[in-house]
Amino acid sequence: MSIITNINKVFDHRIRLGIMSILMVNEYADFNMLKELLGATDGNLASHTKALEKAEYIKVEKQFIGRKPNTRYSTTKLGEAEFKKHINALEKLINKQ
Amino acid sequence: MDSKDYLKDISEIKDLMNKSSRFISLSGLSGILAGIYALIGAAVAYWLVIEYSNGTLILDGKIFNLVMLDLFLIAFFSVVTGIILTTRKAKKNGANIWDTSSKRLVINFLVPLIAGGIYILIILGRQKYGQTGALMLLFYGLALVNASKYSIGDIRYLGFIQIILGLICAWFPGYGFWLWVLGFGVMHIIYGTWMHFKYDVKK
Repeated sequence: MSIITNINKVFDHRIRLGIMSILMVNEYADFNMLKELLGATDGNLASHTKALEKAEYIKVEKQFIGRKPNTRYSTTKLGEAEFKKHINALEKLINKQ
Repeated sequence: MDSKDYLKDISEIKDLMNKSSRFISLSGLSGILAGIYALIGAAVAYWLVIEYSNGTLILDGKIFNLVMLDLFLIAFFSVVTGIILTTRKAKKNGANIWDTSSKRLVINFLVPLIAGGIYILIILGRQKYGQTGALMLLFYGLALVNASKYSIGDIRYLGFIQIILGLICAWFPGYGFWLWVLGFGVMHIIYGTWMHFKYDVKK
């Protein structure tokens, strides 16, 4: 079915969907902010951000604030487009029933 | 996954988008109290000016300083009440009081407000008193409109009302006091009450 094809496998997880939703409305978010909002563990969040980074849906910037390392995430153009497509597909799927 | 899971996903997305970009724990009650403080402060100022200054403010430096102190106390108590009640509400909601969204809200609120405050102090220093009420309403309104992007959208309309009152006040400087009472006192009480029943009271 054509609707199913727009459901993106990369987003098919609560945490990944959450990361993308937060980044869609914020210029950027750092690791701690994501962790707090999503209630995820360090390792869990790290592996999901890595997956999204590998798909080039999010951009990762590592920097130092004082002496503390700080990792900032933001969406890429590709990620935004794919996320919108995914949401539209979900919407259609729900409305069909 | 069936559609129920997808529906849950969507509502979770919406929730995360709101929670991460907007600070929504502002207390309506603190708005009501700020309005009451403003009315009390205005009454004190009115009494000071009528009683000791023949109805005009500029004549007497001492009375003028007392009115400034009065204004400062209104602002101080409003801010303190706002912080206390909002912290309490945020705790009840399990929200963080000092996170990215609240920081952004405070910064965006303070930039126009402080710029306006300094400007008002400068023109007061030049003995130009006539437009003070109008300027306070205007800059406060602009601060609210600016901050509304990072909080409950309703604040925007309170901001518009203050801006309109400020402009009316600029046109009729003689009614500055009463427009100030209307904007900072009455409108705060109406708005606080509305917000309290819309967001704070559990139905």
